[in-house]
Amino acid sequence: MKASALVIKTPEGIVFSQTLAGPVTRLFAWFIDLMSIGIIVSALGTVLGELRVISVDVTAAVLTLGYFAISIGYGIFLEWAWRGQTIGKRLLSLRVVDAEGMRLQFDQIVTRNLLRSVDMLPAFYLVGGVVCWLSRKCQRLGDIAANTIVIRTPRVTEPDLDQLLAGKFNSLRQYPHLAARLRQRVSPGEASTALQALIRRDEFEPAARVELFEQLAGHFRAKVDFPPEATDGIADEQYIRNVVDVVYRRVSAAAERRESVAPGASPG
Amino acid sequence: MDCSPFWLLASFIRMIIDFQRFLASERPGWNELERMLVRLEAEPNARMTLEELQRFHELYERAAASLAKLTTFSFEPETRQYLESLIARAYGEIHETREKRRRIFPLRWFLQTLPQAFRRNIRAFYLSLAITLAGCAFGGFATAFDPDSRQVTMPFGHDQLRPSERVKQEETAAVDRLTGRKSTFSAFLMTHNIQVSIFTLALGMTWGVGTILMLFYNGIALGAISFDYVADGQAKFLMGWLMPHGVIEIPAILIAGQAGLLLALALVRAGKRARVGTRLRGVSRDVVTLSFGFGLLLVWAGLVEAFLSQYHEPVVPYDAKIAFGAIELVLLCLYLGKSGR
Repeated sequence: MKASALVIKTPEGIVFSQTLAGPVTRLFAWFIDLMSIGIIVSALGTVLGELRVISVDVTAAVLTLGYFAISIGYGIFLEWAWRGQTIGKRLLSLRVVDAEGMRLQFDQIVTRNLLRSVDMLPAFYLVGGVVCWLSRKCQRLGDIAANTIVIRTPRVTEPDLDQLLAGKFNSLRQYPHLAARLRQRVSPGEASTALQALIRRDEFEPAARVELFEQLAGHFRAKVDFPPEATDGIADEQYIRNVVDVVYRRVSAAAERRESVAPGASPG
Repeated sequence: MDCSPFWLLASFIRMIIDFQRFLASERPGWNELERMLVRLEAEPNARMTLEELQRFHELYERAAASLAKLTTFSFEPETRQYLESLIARAYGEIHETREKRRRIFPLRWFLQTLPQAFRRNIRAFYLSLAITLAGCAFGGFATAFDPDSRQVTMPFGHDQLRPSERVKQEETAAVDRLTGRKSTFSAFLMTHNIQVSIFTLALGMTWGVGTILMLFYNGIALGAISFDYVADGQAKFLMGWLMPHGVIEIPAILIAGQAGLLLALALVRAGKRARVGTRLRGVSRDVVTLSFGFGLLLVWAGLVEAFLSQYHEPVVPYDAKIAFGAIELVLLCLYLGKSGR
């Protein structure tokens, strides 16, 4: 069965995973690289065009060799210099890595790039695409020969929760034991879904937004049963804000205790 | 065991407090590990002292233990993701057993690495040679027994003219047909031959079938042309024409076949004692060394073919061209056979 992530278990018994990039994403990255090669070659042509006054023959020869060197060396040079990335891969957050989690070697980079000539057959990377589609680790022939994989490396940034949560009072924090239970019961995937819904809330149609937060609130309400004083009068979207606040925000234990005894705070 | 609500409440609160303490105590170690990784990644040639290595290993083990502990705090996806990526990077540095390629010394590579890699895999070269010779024999026999086969066994152009007619044309030519485009022709030969050789190598991933077909086909063309010229009494012209560049170009293509067959053998033998990935990893460095080797040889062959091979008597005596080719061949054999021993 095709895996979407490569799971590596270290001798220390630690398991970590790397998300594999699919053939379509890789094809888009290749299109960007193809355009980059085109721009570099045309820039070379413009520069060398000035040398025609000296010798048309030598200029044409240098251009032929230059085009060849750039088309072959582009991937090798950039993947070596940028640790597994080309311009296309960098823009689409992809990276070539060793299939067993080891350090990517120069030989592996050269091998996977030399084997493009077969992966490209008969046109538009058809052979490579089909092999990639069938391969368990989504490898084209070059990747199999070099023992490499292409992974997705989305930039992990800490969300700007202060801006997102706007510093409002969180009625759920008044019940630290229930907040802790909520933290324990919410999986990383669920937490991420709630956070993404809040980040992208303005992209939804009004009706869809209401429906989405209603469903999410229903889902999270079922996780932990907070007392009515903490939840009554709160809109579904605000409830999700409070959940995200509880799950993501690191508030010191002392601050949490202070918040839990804050007098006269209205739920929000 | 006490499972009262108060006990559960206390354990939850303790967990939060524990987590804050855990983060505060472990984060400096993660940051230090990240700084070491950034330095290692930025300077691939950097070497760590024994103390640094010990510290690096200690930090890695602590980060790994942190990740194991963090799985109990399911509410911390960002921290876990961060730690996973940190451990993935450190894992590669800690468990890598292959020698780290340090600075490249071109002269040492040329005099030692390349000929040693060639000799280490000499059986694959012999196999490549045998396939090509089989193709030569087939091409020669095909031309001998069925002259009409010239149209399919020879590259376009060679089948249009009898060898003696071509020799006459070349020897009586009043103008140099390569005037003003010798460099372009040379660049074309280099890039074309290197592309064909890379393709021959890459086809090794078809369990060698593609590589064998390419070598056999090259052999057919070579055998057919050679037989055609020899049968027409033009053996000396043929040697004068082919030897200056051919003694380099043909071995270069054979080396490309050798590299392709190495890939194929790694695929075919996989499963006996090692997985396919392990076997391919084992031949990867030699395949790359050989590919740079045939590239280098084909650059030389391209220069010789454009600037010498295309000139015949009376411009350049055949004996001189044959002698030049013979010297190249001896030097190539000495280089590949003796250099770096």
